[in-house]
Amino acid sequence: MGLKILNLIIVLFLPFLMLGVIKKTKAFWGGRYGASIFQPLYDFIKLIKKDFVISKTTSGIFRISPVIIISSTLFAALFVPLVNSSVIINIPAGFVVFAYILSFSKFFSLISAMDTGSSFEGMGASREACFTTIVEPAFFMLLASVMALSGNFTFDALGKIIENSGGYGILICIFAILVLFIMILTEGSRVPVDDPATHLELTMIHEVMILDNSASDLALISWASGIKMLLLSSLIAAIVIPQGLNLGVSTLLYIALMLLISVIIGTIESATARIRMSHVFEFVFVMSSFALVVLSLVVARMFGG
Amino acid sequence: MNWIKTKNNTKINLNEIPTLDICELREEIISLNKRPVGFFGKDWGYSRTKLFVILADDENGDLYVSSALFEQNEKEYESLTQAIPSFHIFEREFYEQFGIKPLNHPWLKPVRKNQKDYQFFEMEGEEVHQVAVGPIHAGVIEPGHFRFMCNGETVYHLEIMLGYQNRGVEELMVKHPTNQLAESICGDSVIAHNLAYSKIMETLKGIKVSKRAQLIRTLALEMERAAIHIGDLGAIAGDIAYLMGASVFGATRTLVINTMLEFCGSRFGRGLVTVGGVNFDIDNEKIERAIKTFTKVEKDVERMVKTMLKNTSVMSRLEKTGVVSTDKAREIGLVGMAARACGIILDSRFDFADECFKNLALPRKIFKGKGDVNARFQLRYQEAMESLSISKRILEMLKNGYKEDILAQGSDKLCPDSLAISITEGWRGEVVHIALSDSSSNLTRYKIKDPSFNNWYGLALAVRNNGVSDFPLCNKSFNLSYCGCDL
Repeated sequence: MGLKILNLIIVLFLPFLMLGVIKKTKAFWGGRYGASIFQPLYDFIKLIKKDFVISKTTSGIFRISPVIIISSTLFAALFVPLVNSSVIINIPAGFVVFAYILSFSKFFSLISAMDTGSSFEGMGASREACFTTIVEPAFFMLLASVMALSGNFTFDALGKIIENSGGYGILICIFAILVLFIMILTEGSRVPVDDPATHLELTMIHEVMILDNSASDLALISWASGIKMLLLSSLIAAIVIPQGLNLGVSTLLYIALMLLISVIIGTIESATARIRMSHVFEFVFVMSSFALVVLSLVVARMFGG
Repeated sequence: MNWIKTKNNTKINLNEIPTLDICELREEIISLNKRPVGFFGKDWGYSRTKLFVILADDENGDLYVSSALFEQNEKEYESLTQAIPSFHIFEREFYEQFGIKPLNHPWLKPVRKNQKDYQFFEMEGEEVHQVAVGPIHAGVIEPGHFRFMCNGETVYHLEIMLGYQNRGVEELMVKHPTNQLAESICGDSVIAHNLAYSKIMETLKGIKVSKRAQLIRTLALEMERAAIHIGDLGAIAGDIAYLMGASVFGATRTLVINTMLEFCGSRFGRGLVTVGGVNFDIDNEKIERAIKTFTKVEKDVERMVKTMLKNTSVMSRLEKTGVVSTDKAREIGLVGMAARACGIILDSRFDFADECFKNLALPRKIFKGKGDVNARFQLRYQEAMESLSISKRILEMLKNGYKEDILAQGSDKLCPDSLAISITEGWRGEVVHIALSDSSSNLTRYKIKDPSFNNWYGLALAVRNNGVSDFPLCNKSFNLSYCGCDL
């Protein structure tokens, strides 16, 4: 029970820290001091206190979406392995539930963007929908392969890759981490897929969809996208952090890994340019091909003898 | 003679300018086939309008001037754009200001007034969608309306509607000609516009500027060029989310404009240039510091640009984006940096060189660009480095000699019945000012042409068949001025 409460607290607060660390890393590479790593949390509090401005062209969907987005993201958090690879609601094929609850949240963010009637937001929604259709099969392919390997259809399978796959273990782990990492960049709207810092409406993907949201709506949506990034990063933690450690050690390792991932994201954002929109598909398809590599390694292990 | 031949910064007598019949003038323009730099009307009394045409012969540094008179009932003529497309924007402006219609003009739309009646070019089809951007933008940029006709992510056509910044500068200039007004024509070309204005006034008043003042002016112009080019390199890096480039170029640009702040108290050089010379001298201590700063800037910019050009993710965004072919560029009459990036040899610093620039005897570098964002990026880098080295050279010259007065006194009165043309190469391209005076030495017409006036159409061509998300990148690579065009 204590572990579950710890996990909940981490889900609620660690995303702010991750976003703060990404910004700090970018500031470091840009030769600036940058804002405090707690700035995203301060921004959240500031936004919660503000008054709404709501466009007259929108309907109830626009009003209700932020609440649906944050609640479904938090609900999805219950099905994911967090600290100590402990899953709050551990059911077989929990990854399907997890993926579709997140899709549900994305569906509402898409129709909420369309609801404003703005041509920018429509473009943003169409881009977001496009990339999601590529991400989803790759994600399922990866998890289904890994779970087939251990014959256990819960997230526990992620921690048992090495012991189940003999000589292929390291390779499968590396490719699985790469798939998940590209998924974090795509779903978290980070460079090179999207640029969270841009002010140019025509080039945005995620940011343009929330142009009309203000005050606590905006706060909830930004929080939800932070949580989503944490959840996907947690899957990497489930692969990397060994199970059966002392709770304190594994909590520290978990937080350290999350912050390390943030530093890596921040470094990538500083050192690379964003990919041209028409080439983003190719980048996201790399994820599918890596997932296929995992699948073929698993097949080789299971049937190759 | 149907033309009168003159030079940059030389006054000619208004009465010597030939007045032809418009049909005859049209034939003459077509047969001469030179680049237009001035095509403007002037109220000629009794509801008549006089059209002045100024063509530039860049190879020989000559300017050809002629005119035509429209009687009260003559309200149309056969358009020149059909024969020479680069006249399109000039004819539109002339029509807007004097109501004389160019017949069969293919694109007779408002330039800066009557936006309410603006008819956008529209495409039809199930999959074609319109994206309207502006006039209020998400960033801190000037107002302008952009209408994209897209199929999915691909832009078929872009139409740019401007005029939101129209302040009536030309009319104000006639009423109260001042340096302050000239400086406010376009905030990022303060020196260029102010210099063009000051030179034209000196020409009309017969003031001779000292060598030291001329050197300081050239220095300021080159510093402006270097600062804006470096800043725009940073903006291009920022648009493709290449953070390191944006930071480094932003910081180095600040060093350059802060040096300008030391020289004259304004980071953009406001108040430096005045009619008769310059307002601020530069002492040796400041010169030493500036040379050191520029050496550092050169080193940093060079290192950063080389890093960027080696980065494949950067190059894949810059190359083959926003291409304007050499032929198209020549056809629509691009000028300045944008034209040079397309491989056109055009630089009024060399073509219409003033005494000071001639004495520097600089070699003319020819840039072989393909007209894409990459070409404009590299050209800006090359020009920024050139400007910094010219600046350093001028600073050395100022340190060692030319101890003269920086401000020359002259008559307050303009030479009567004159026309003078002043062309200055700002960082964006040629800044053309044309002034006319009447028999009682008053200014009666002041015509300004910022390079943006020619180049906006180039941006519209550049984004065709590019992704709509690449528009901001193309836009930054040109970085055209709204208020310079709107006047």
